[in-house]
Amino acid sequence: MLTPDETAAVLLSLKVAFWSVMISLPLGYAAAWMLARWHFPGKILVDAFIHLPLVLPPVVIGFMLLATFGLNGAVGGWLYDWFGITFAFRWTGAALASAIMGFPLMVRAIRLSLTNIDPRLEIAARTLGASPLRAFFTITLPLTLPGIIAGATLAFARSLGEFGATITFVSNIPGETQTLPLAIYNLTQMPGSDAAAWKLSLVAVLLSVLALALSEWLVTRSNTASASSRSRA
Amino acid sequence: MVGHAIKYRQRIFAEPRVIAVNIEQQLGTFHLNVVFASAAKVIALFGRSGCGKTSVVNAIAGVSRPKRGRIQIGDTVVFDAEAGIFLPPEARRVGYVFQDGLLFPHMNVAQNLRYGQGRQDVGSSRAGVSLSKVVDVLGLNLLLARRPINLSGGERQRVAIGRALLANPQLLLLDEPLAALDNERKQDVMQYIERLRDEFAIPMVLVSHSHDEVTRLAQEMVLMVDGRVVETGIVDAMMSRLDLTPLSGRYEAGAVIRATIASHDDKYALTTLTFAGGTLRVPRINGAIGNPAHARVRARDVSVALSAPSDISINNILQGIVREISREPGPIVDLQIAVGEALLLARITRYSVDKLNLAPGTPVYLLLKAISLDKQSLAHR
Repeated sequence: MLTPDETAAVLLSLKVAFWSVMISLPLGYAAAWMLARWHFPGKILVDAFIHLPLVLPPVVIGFMLLATFGLNGAVGGWLYDWFGITFAFRWTGAALASAIMGFPLMVRAIRLSLTNIDPRLEIAARTLGASPLRAFFTITLPLTLPGIIAGATLAFARSLGEFGATITFVSNIPGETQTLPLAIYNLTQMPGSDAAAWKLSLVAVLLSVLALALSEWLVTRSNTASASSRSRA
Repeated sequence: MVGHAIKYRQRIFAEPRVIAVNIEQQLGTFHLNVVFASAAKVIALFGRSGCGKTSVVNAIAGVSRPKRGRIQIGDTVVFDAEAGIFLPPEARRVGYVFQDGLLFPHMNVAQNLRYGQGRQDVGSSRAGVSLSKVVDVLGLNLLLARRPINLSGGERQRVAIGRALLANPQLLLLDEPLAALDNERKQDVMQYIERLRDEFAIPMVLVSHSHDEVTRLAQEMVLMVDGRVVETGIVDAMMSRLDLTPLSGRYEAGAVIRATIASHDDKYALTTLTFAGGTLRVPRINGAIGNPAHARVRARDVSVALSAPSDISINNILQGIVREISREPGPIVDLQIAVGEALLLARITRYSVDKLNLAPGTPVYLLLKAISLDKQSLAHR
């Protein structure tokens, strides 16, 4: 069905999407928490900054990443010198680019679920003897689970579709950074590859539909398991 | 006066107390400055909405931190601004029943009840709190598997009370637990609160703006006005005081008669109560003969006459002696009248006071319609 190169592109896409979601989930939750619960001067600027990837051309994000996380970039050079970590032209760079592009979508979904629960529920838990940490893990986290799932799925799907930032930041290297969209782009540049492009496009459609269906199922499940907080708010 | 106040502020912490509070807090433009102490089993924080009752309860629970002062629960100092002591809510062992219950929506009733049980220790057996007893006293047996969303308002409050109890508190705070309920449910939940007051050795602070609730549930009350405590004392005595009625709310103001159920009349659906000052006929209540009952007699429901009228529909005619007359410029005057051991209040016009020549010491008859004593103002065992 798929050639080894094509299979590699599909698997790489899944790996990149998976890790981009994994890295950004805790940070996304923290950012959502900050926007939902805290009031501080300049909050609107932080909000706008987090949303930048949603409105900027992806190629601009890719260029900025290259400038900062590339080997000659301020952060990239430092990371390499001290920890031996590189993002440039590596699949990890693709994951970083995807994570940043999907970040606003994830934050929006989690923030919505956080604003929908009564913060006094945590106070009630505290008066029942729960530490702040226990109150968070037993009350707030389970009640925001539908938002977390929705946010993670959106970011995952966004990552599967990521093109501009990735190709700008980590280029288009088969087996290392050539994700599904990049592979399809390659095929469209080669005469006589229409059939292969169609094939991969169908795989992309299939993956996206699967991801959405899975999240739909997870959200319904966690809703019935935790009688949605929204209806009581 | 100032010296007296300072001494009082220090003294309240020296004596054995259920709770002693001396706090100052600025909340926006609202200034809270509250001093009170009580050793009663049920203490009512009484006052109109917006007078700062909930802020006091929040400070006691550790939900908010006052700017100055000190709070002591039993022997434990939970807050002392000068000494830098501020125990977090989870370390205070204070059960807090919120106005709207705040049950955890993703857990069923049993899980809600068990949430605070991690804190159970030796103290719990002393107070007599166990899951089975709480479920029994609050009538939660049939609700255990339900989700909060499938409970009525009254059921939710009962679960919230049970959940707070099971966390083994040394003090239970009830913030207007009946405010969100309709009258039927109020009566229902009030009965459960009475039961837990009698069954468990846990003192309670009840926040309320209802005369009926306070009379029925509390022994002592702290009267609050505009963020300050005006007076602290025994409920019955406070309710009979002429100087406090304008502050506690004129419409509902009235004194309490503690009586005994003497007989039931099933033909007319009436019950007769006796007390040191006479008998009282009221709409039928359910207590057994010989059991204690109380009636809250609103000042506005009492008329006064110099001779006992006959040929009148009014059922209750009591004899008393005028003790005190409020002096106010408006059309309305409050009388305090001694009837046996009870001090009743009557609200009549200043015109009537002059027409009847009423003065302290005047013997009078008090006229009270039986139907003015409704379900809310009557209670019994």
